[in-house]
Amino acid sequence: MSLQYVGLKEINGPLVALEHVENASYDEVAEIRLNDGTTRLGRIVEISEDKAILQVFEGTRGLSLTNTKTRFTGRPMEMPLSEEILGRVFNGAGKPIDGLGDIFAEKSADINGEPLNPVARTYPRNYINTGISTIDALTTLIRGQKLPIFSGSGMSHNKLAVQIVRQAQIAEESGSDFAVIFAAMGVKNDVADYFRRSFEESGVLQRVAMFLNLSNDPIIERILTPRCALTAAEYLAYEKNMHILVIMTDMTSYAEALREFSSSKGEIPARKGYPGYLYSDLASLYERAGVVNGSSGSVTQIPILTMPNDDITHPVPDLTGYITEGQIVLDRGLDQTGVYPPVSVLPSLSRLMKDGIGEGYTRSDHSSCANQLFACYARVQDARSLASVIGEDELSEIDKAYMHFGVMFEKYFVTQRFDENRSIDETLDLGWDLLSLLPKSELDRVDEKLLEEKYRPKNAERFV
Amino acid sequence: MNSIYSVNGPVVKVRNTTDFSMLEMVYVGNKRLIGEVIGITDKETTIQVYEVTTGLKPGEPVYTTGAPMSATLGPGIISNIFDGIERPLRKIYDISGAFIAEGLNVPTLDTERVFDVTVKVSVGDTVSGGDIYAVCPETSIIEHRCMIPPRVSGEIIWVAENGEHKIDDEIVKLKNEKGETVTLTLCQKWPIREPRPIKSRLPINRPLITGQRVIDTVLPIAKGGTAAIPGGFGTGKTMTQHQLAKWCDADIIVYIGCGERGNEMTQVLEEFSGLVDPKSGKPLTDRTVLIANTSNMPVAAREASIYTGITLAEYYRDMGYHIAIMADSTSRWAEALREISGRLEEMPAEEGFPAYLPSRISEFYERAGYAETLNGREGSVTIIGAVSPQGSDFSEPVTQNTKRFVRCFWTLDKALAYARHYPAINWTSSYSEYLEDLGDFYRENVDEKFLEYRQEISNILIEENKLMEIVKLIGSDVLPDDQKLVIEIARVVRVGFLQQNAYHKDDTYVPLEKQFMMMGAILNLYKWCKKAVASGISTAALLDTGLFEKVIKIKYDIPNDRLDMFRLLNAEIEEGISAVINKTNR
Repeated sequence: MSLQYVGLKEINGPLVALEHVENASYDEVAEIRLNDGTTRLGRIVEISEDKAILQVFEGTRGLSLTNTKTRFTGRPMEMPLSEEILGRVFNGAGKPIDGLGDIFAEKSADINGEPLNPVARTYPRNYINTGISTIDALTTLIRGQKLPIFSGSGMSHNKLAVQIVRQAQIAEESGSDFAVIFAAMGVKNDVADYFRRSFEESGVLQRVAMFLNLSNDPIIERILTPRCALTAAEYLAYEKNMHILVIMTDMTSYAEALREFSSSKGEIPARKGYPGYLYSDLASLYERAGVVNGSSGSVTQIPILTMPNDDITHPVPDLTGYITEGQIVLDRGLDQTGVYPPVSVLPSLSRLMKDGIGEGYTRSDHSSCANQLFACYARVQDARSLASVIGEDELSEIDKAYMHFGVMFEKYFVTQRFDENRSIDETLDLGWDLLSLLPKSELDRVDEKLLEEKYRPKNAERFV
Repeated sequence: MNSIYSVNGPVVKVRNTTDFSMLEMVYVGNKRLIGEVIGITDKETTIQVYEVTTGLKPGEPVYTTGAPMSATLGPGIISNIFDGIERPLRKIYDISGAFIAEGLNVPTLDTERVFDVTVKVSVGDTVSGGDIYAVCPETSIIEHRCMIPPRVSGEIIWVAENGEHKIDDEIVKLKNEKGETVTLTLCQKWPIREPRPIKSRLPINRPLITGQRVIDTVLPIAKGGTAAIPGGFGTGKTMTQHQLAKWCDADIIVYIGCGERGNEMTQVLEEFSGLVDPKSGKPLTDRTVLIANTSNMPVAAREASIYTGITLAEYYRDMGYHIAIMADSTSRWAEALREISGRLEEMPAEEGFPAYLPSRISEFYERAGYAETLNGREGSVTIIGAVSPQGSDFSEPVTQNTKRFVRCFWTLDKALAYARHYPAINWTSSYSEYLEDLGDFYRENVDEKFLEYRQEISNILIEENKLMEIVKLIGSDVLPDDQKLVIEIARVVRVGFLQQNAYHKDDTYVPLEKQFMMMGAILNLYKWCKKAVASGISTAALLDTGLFEKVIKIKYDIPNDRLDMFRLLNAEIEEGISAVINKTNR
């Protein structure tokens, strides 16, 4: 029989303080039992000899200084794990909420995880064919990568994520070792439902574990949601050798929960009120993607975040970009003109792409084609800004050619139907054909021989 | 017995004790986690812990060690990979598997490895700090020189036999002035926060040759110098640092991955073992040591990793080597300072950073330099630090304070990176203060005209910059032909010279001679074209000769060992343009 502590010393936002605590440790989980019989979980976030400060996961509503009994469990926050978690729905703290009962656990693991030794990592090289031209050709997704989608409220990031899941799964040679972990943090009920329905329609629901913390759920749970999800992902990937795709949405809500929690602890804020450790905290999530020596599984992350006010320099997208291996940026301008997926090609980047494309992975001409498309599309932006000053008619012939190329590139290459799954060959050939709209001398990133083979102005005639 | 009073993240407090000294290393808790004392008052001692503190309880013991946080220095450092407090990550992997467990007490260096030691002193010799008492081959290119620790001196009273020894074997014994016997093995310790002493600083006048054109020619860095690479995410900081680590002509590279991605360290490990050092023909790992404290590893150790790295570098400098440190990224280190400072509830200055940020940054960069070591050799430590400005805003505190203490500032530009112009170093906002110091070297070792050419190339870029202001407003069609020519030549400079392809076998590293000849060919083309334009020929007609494209592709078409081909090319330029002039004038 373990000790129970009656009552609390102080309640402040999601935090409660207890006095005269004995033998409790930092990060330990406590059970708080209310007079009405319900229990809530909490975690020690600061401890000194005579006082422990707990964060209460389900919120402090209804708690008073006298109506609680607290018991310490002697362990950090853990998540029960087994292969059964696939097909199930959990709340943010990892408790099943689909009415199918508890998980019969094979083992349980600390949700904070432990830092992965860099020596134990295998450098990711296998590319994932998403069937989306802008991603496959220009920001190739690699198995074991963390590649976030930077979006804004009201844009089609959810649709894009669903399309990636659906098409990436089809490309998998052996579908059985593929699974999706979906972590929703502070998203609307509709959004969670949209994902659920989409998974169902594409027939992957049995291979999905969902962790839902909706926008009206407690914020402390929101801080746990990605940790539970990633613990499950690591378990399936490294111990069960599965390829796991983790979708985390929305990281901005997560960071805001962290800010709320930090300010209620009275911590000194850094930029825009976010705590100084936001970088380390985000890194402790994102760095849990990867491939580990001695296991054939992998954890690939696609975090989705909505940039407040579409501002890419906001702390959340900014720090995310410094940790993740690239980013896919969606553009409101494109979205408004009806382009789907509205991927803004120039600021999008995949850092692992260079080692996962080319001979033996995709196609030997991949990097030349991608480089040339980037360079030409960058010129399009120059031509456009010039045209907005002097008018399109006054542009030189070459600038006009670029303007035309830009329009066609967005119309044929970027734009793609929701159910359109392009192979890498189709995508790259399309890229070359579009480049053939430009005079040959403009294609200065490609060597002579390759250009001879790929430059086909005739093929470009179909773009109107 | 001292015991824990409170735990808050990596900060642990102990009450009512006077046993600790400032910056002392301590063991915390039953698991003996490694920590360091960072604050002392008569009531409270504050300790930062370098490992995860989950599970720590008030009342658990705290052990003193009586020594400051120190690095272990000895053979076996090179080719190794350590965490921020110099624990060998490969060993840790063997013990605890893929994830790093807490409280592992692993010796820094392999105590079982045998080195072929040659003792350099004999009984009766008088020695003092810095003198070399033994040498052994450490890797295929680095000879390890064991030095008498600074502040130790005396007479040798015993030496070991030459031959095979492990790092803990006794090698020499000496009697110091007080008559005490000091026993030296192959390794020693040095506190990481204290610079190792040198005899004197020497003037900086030799470049660190990197094979990167935009650096060597336009914005050079000296051996013993300091440089900062600020850039937003995706602009290629890490890529630039990898290129420098691969190709620069330092003897040893210390690569500090401070709060960055785990996959990047894996990439360095993998890639460097497959690459060959152009100077020695040996694998690059034989001259590289990695300090990896990735972003998900404990934050306090991230703060220490910078000091661990520079201490290792200074140790090898004292042996007479030239070291280049790549610190990626110093912003993460500054953030670690901020995080710890926040936990200590110190009064923040700008953006939550502590007020002592500038002094910590300057202390770090001041440990670079070209020195005469205690044993009379020459060695240098060059520091190249990446800076990751928040929101790509170069006015933030870390960038601004770094700018004050470095002499080379290579700003990475988002627009260039978006157009995939790499290295994305912006030539107008970057600067190097070393140009004058290095002038003599370039004149004597490359060519008399090197600086002159460099100036002409920069002039073209500056002029283009001015013209682009106009072009942005009215388009390039209305410019007169001589200005159109400047824009076209500037394009040749940008695409053909400044832009460099790290994945091309010849272009990834370009020797200074070729850099010089490339400038020569561009200027030659410009000279002849100016002549043609002066005689009334349009720029468009000159472009039609195809010579511009040809000069742009020099970097791929002329291999690094066929510099004689430049003579032919220059003749071709002369003929080609003359032909156009003659045709039009006839």
